[in-house]
Amino acid sequence: MIYLTLFFSFFQIGLFSFGGGYAAMPLIQHQVTELHSWLTVKEFSDLVTISQMTPGPIAINAATFVGTKIAGPLGAAAATIGCVFPSCVIVTIIAYFYMKYRHLDMLQKILDTLRPAVIALIAAAGLTIIGTAFFGKASFSSFDQINPSMVLLFGISLFLMVKKKMNPITVMVLAGVLRVAQGMLIL
Amino acid sequence: MKKRKRTGKRDAKLYLRLFMATFYLSAFTFGGGYVIITLMQKKFVEEYHWIDEEEMFDLTAIAQSAPGPIAVNGAIVAGYKLAGLPGVLLSVAGAVLPPFFIISLVSVFYQAFRDNRVISLMLEGMQAGVGAVIAAVVLEMIHTLFRGKGRIDSAVIMAGAFLANVVFHIGAVYIFLICIAYGVLKALWEKGRARI
Repeated sequence: MIYLTLFFSFFQIGLFSFGGGYAAMPLIQHQVTELHSWLTVKEFSDLVTISQMTPGPIAINAATFVGTKIAGPLGAAAATIGCVFPSCVIVTIIAYFYMKYRHLDMLQKILDTLRPAVIALIAAAGLTIIGTAFFGKASFSSFDQINPSMVLLFGISLFLMVKKKMNPITVMVLAGVLRVAQGMLIL
Repeated sequence: MKKRKRTGKRDAKLYLRLFMATFYLSAFTFGGGYVIITLMQKKFVEEYHWIDEEEMFDLTAIAQSAPGPIAVNGAIVAGYKLAGLPGVLLSVAGAVLPPFFIISLVSVFYQAFRDNRVISLMLEGMQAGVGAVIAAVVLEMIHTLFRGKGRIDSAVIMAGAFLANVVFHIGAVYIFLICIAYGVLKALWEKGRARI
């Protein structure tokens, strides 16, 4: 039965993808292009492009995309539920123990050492995004490829966030609109 | 009886707000799971006061080290903290439905969507905006962490974890494991010294 196959296929993706979207990509590719030939390699790369252009985790995007193509909306639902099912169970259990024991002295000390690492990892993810914004798809290789208007846009956004305490989603949308306005006026 | 009814109503209100909030944040999670973490920091910590600042750090560590998408995991911890199991189901639904609808729609118009100049400019600009949002939240988190206390080992852990991830491409799970090992040793060491 196709719904069950979709469910278990994405269940495995959800269960074994540690560390965010890029780590999940090879797993998804293996399941949907090699094991089941649900997508061609070309379609898979389209899926990756779409995922980068739309909000949401790539695993969820893949589940919807593949499920719809193979078995319509119900297929998409089966694949998506399969994908989040392991998270729901595992993270709920961790959250339960965290809420129960977090006031223990020992656990507090351990969490204390984790917190700076959390900030560092968020900063690292932010740096990647800023790098892509400033230099386009090419990474930091050379500084003359820097896009000055994107740097300016970043500066304006940061100012609105830090000094004006503006809502982050408003800032994001505003940055997008400014870029569209600039692109349209220049050309 | 009367009291129960009133809490039921309050629960329904909380459930609705939780679902709406995760749905709204998920719809704007461009650029990976960490973005929803920073948006949650803004909305759940600073605006709604549903979660305190320290819990937000822990929530992020849990979301990052468990399997599955960070955005979904983050929504699960927040939902569990606020409303138990119903909270988990609601926040997961909120996190999953926006990409579900958007992908269903976009996959139909893929060609037109990919080649549209306004959309690609919009996304480019939003990327600069997302970078700024993350930068601002990181600054705030650093401020929170070091507020009132000059903690050298926190600064060392932060710099070390950053270098390990950016320069040596060591995954988050390994970084967390090393931190946990250090935390356990430190706790045992302090306990041992207290006894003498």
